[in-house]
Amino acid sequence: MCKQLNITKTFRVSKITLVRSQKKPSSASADGVSTIPLYRSAPTLEVRLEDFERFAVDRLLVLRGISDGLARGKKPDEMEKLVSDLWKANMRHPNTSEIIDKDIISHFVLRLVYCRTEELRKWFLSMESTLFRYRFRLETSDVHRALMTELGIPYKSVTNAEFEGLKEKLSQVARSIGQQLPTSDTVYYKVPWEEVSELVGSRRVFIKKGYAYVALNQVVSFVIPHFRSHLSKALVLTNRKWTSMIREQEKDRLTPIVEALSTSYLGPDYTQDKEFGEISLKDIDQVARSSFPLCMRHLFDSLREDHHLKHGGRMQLGLFLKGVGLKLDDALAFWKAEFSQKVGAERFDKEYAYGIRHNFGKEGKRTDYTPFSCQKIILSTPGVGDHHGCPYRHFSEENLRAALGKMGVGSRELEQVVEKAKGRHYQLACTLTFEAIHGASCDSGINHPNQYFKASQNILKEKK
Amino acid sequence: MTKEAQNERDDMLVDDPEPQDEQIDDIPDEFNPNYLKVYYGRLFPHADMFKWLSYGNDGKHPACDQSYIGRREFSFTLDNDIYLRFQSFNCASELENGIKDKCPFKIDIGPVYSVDPSKRLAYAQSGDNIFTPVERELVFDIDISDYDDARYCCSGADVCLDCWPLMTIAIKVIDTSLRDDFGFNNILWVYSGRRGVHCWVCDGKARRLNNEQRGAIADYFRVYKGNTNSKSKVSLVGSALHPFLVRSYSDVLRDFFEKKLLCSQQLLSDERYEKILEMIPDESITSELRGKWQDNRRSSSGKDVNVVRWEQLKQLLQSGKQKATGIRRCVEEIVFSFTYPRLDMEVSKHMNHLLKAPFCIHPKTGRVCVPIDPDVCDEFDPTNVPTLSKLLREINTVGLQVEGDKVWERTSMGKSIRYFRGSFLQPLMKSCKEEIEESYSAKVQQSKNSLTW
Repeated sequence: MCKQLNITKTFRVSKITLVRSQKKPSSASADGVSTIPLYRSAPTLEVRLEDFERFAVDRLLVLRGISDGLARGKKPDEMEKLVSDLWKANMRHPNTSEIIDKDIISHFVLRLVYCRTEELRKWFLSMESTLFRYRFRLETSDVHRALMTELGIPYKSVTNAEFEGLKEKLSQVARSIGQQLPTSDTVYYKVPWEEVSELVGSRRVFIKKGYAYVALNQVVSFVIPHFRSHLSKALVLTNRKWTSMIREQEKDRLTPIVEALSTSYLGPDYTQDKEFGEISLKDIDQVARSSFPLCMRHLFDSLREDHHLKHGGRMQLGLFLKGVGLKLDDALAFWKAEFSQKVGAERFDKEYAYGIRHNFGKEGKRTDYTPFSCQKIILSTPGVGDHHGCPYRHFSEENLRAALGKMGVGSRELEQVVEKAKGRHYQLACTLTFEAIHGASCDSGINHPNQYFKASQNILKEKK
Repeated sequence: MTKEAQNERDDMLVDDPEPQDEQIDDIPDEFNPNYLKVYYGRLFPHADMFKWLSYGNDGKHPACDQSYIGRREFSFTLDNDIYLRFQSFNCASELENGIKDKCPFKIDIGPVYSVDPSKRLAYAQSGDNIFTPVERELVFDIDISDYDDARYCCSGADVCLDCWPLMTIAIKVIDTSLRDDFGFNNILWVYSGRRGVHCWVCDGKARRLNNEQRGAIADYFRVYKGNTNSKSKVSLVGSALHPFLVRSYSDVLRDFFEKKLLCSQQLLSDERYEKILEMIPDESITSELRGKWQDNRRSSSGKDVNVVRWEQLKQLLQSGKQKATGIRRCVEEIVFSFTYPRLDMEVSKHMNHLLKAPFCIHPKTGRVCVPIDPDVCDEFDPTNVPTLSKLLREINTVGLQVEGDKVWERTSMGKSIRYFRGSFLQPLMKSCKEEIEESYSAKVQQSKNSLTW
């Protein structure tokens, strides 16, 4: 990071005007209530080139911290504190009136940085939405109403008569999510359920004939999807502008900064690890025992045992194996050897081989898929008969203990691992497991199954 | 192909629209592609399918979208698993001829795309990704093979009258919620031909849901957490259940569990009760029950042993002594584990999933994918669904007396097609018409408004 900052000093002379717009963003609503910017259009602001990058880096630190918190499975109130702390630590500006400018500028710079691939857009969208969510939660209900109006959300207040008729059901919902029981003073809004699909999906609202009954304190769920879908569309547009004009126009000035900002921060994606090259089929069992993280080890063992894995498992293990260097032909042979024992070689060729070639980008839309990160695995939702997911999160304690024992984790370390898993620090649990097995420390922590694999191989090589 | 045989028999079986299976033995039971030709030629309701998937856009109203049906993807599976994806048809006769011509083993229905899917490659060259799904029925796929840890009579794709009630439960729970909670009206349930049921929600609002909203509905229905390695498949937390779960439990699940599955699956017999005891987190309770049940293998009252044991278990778990809600909730968790619907989530979550069309013939069983009326789904018997060979025999018997199009009325498909038309298609067409007129008058209004500046 520091290096790039120095480089940009040479460009100091120039000033940049961000995308022009007719309207000022409503950083303050009519009655003077200060709200959170919705980033609907970029302001006409002059930005010094060094601020351009510095602001972006500061915001990245916030987003990166959020990403880390999510991966560790932090609870909403822990997240709220985390976001508030990260914001205070990184987004301060000596001049209070410029805080809001910094907020807006850094957001629009990162839009440019993260608009360029599907993967980057997804990450940015998810982190910005989370950031917005927790900032929103910290605001007052006046601000909430102002924002809802600004977003044009069709909400209606629930009348007293209607409330009385539904009181029993509304109380059931409130109790089921551990919230205060509603009284006649409680404010409820009635909205088409599609507006609050997130609350519907987690059964946190009562719905009747297509309408959801949302309590005032759940209002954030109205707002997030709007914020999200707007940002999502905006990112696609930004990408178009980037590829059609900006990249070329700014190739000496902004383009290098933008490109450096994204790659320097996301870390490797482990699509095909060049460093380790190939692993061959004959080594795979031995490598699985020595260097696979528990999630992959479990999938691998289940596959060897059942000669079958459901879709989620095939994806998680298949992409991981691709990442450690299993070539397409070997991958086909590997999966076929197992599946054909269960479904026959012919059915394998017909029904499953496609999926494997697809993972390697040889079928369908020909995307070379990247292996799943810990975050993605932790947030997956395995169902009955599935073996994928993160064992530290999805196994029962008993099964986790058995699995760790099988991996050779000593009893004292085992307790620590289980403790971390219980505390929902799944990646820390995995890191401890790694350290216990390899007898070496892993300071960076485990963020990706392929990183686990790589670190493990490095240690084993040194020992040789 | 069996014309001769048919002629010989005509005089014998004049007024018998549903002949007994044994009477004719020249049509073996297994699936046969030649029979499929006859089926598509004389029984398959091409026109009704077209009417359905046009959603009123095949009419003369100025607001009808004439390109609508032509943007729908059909996918044919031919003999030897040759897939023909991205087929599209612009009118009823094109669809009918396409099906008769290719004689697919399976017809799948995909989404309505932004452009004609058969021309997608031409559009792809323009660079921007215009080829994208824009509409799709909200669909559900429930397979009985996903219930293998909840049934003992069959496993895998097999199904019998002892485990079929699991599907009946799924239909009742999901159907009620789709109507009462989500406010949908035009819902079609279909037997998948072998091991489960499909559901098509066809309201305009449902067809236009985005993937995120589809995912939310799927999640709303989901109670299973954790994978094979977690002990309890269902975990109901919180000091109360959501009203949807309460209603499902008290209106459907509890009764089916206590009155049907408990005994038909022998859930608390000597060999099986341990599995249920494992789901109770309190060891003093499990050992007390185990003690009772080990000593008393036979029930003295003459009542079914499963029923007696279930009463004992409930009494102990729900007695006033048990303060922790976790323990009292256990009874519900057990019932949910053995009865609650298990959806194939991925099918519902994404617009571009294909789903087998109603009235297809399942190539393994030869059974027709007939609609199921949710109001009388208790009466549905998968072992009694007409098979291709049965229908062929019926055609052979009635074929020559009845004029071309009316053959289906005299076969055992008649009831299904009448239901499809009368209870699904008619109300659907009515609401499509209303919707088209509404959108038209809104448009007219808008253009009027924009003129008055």
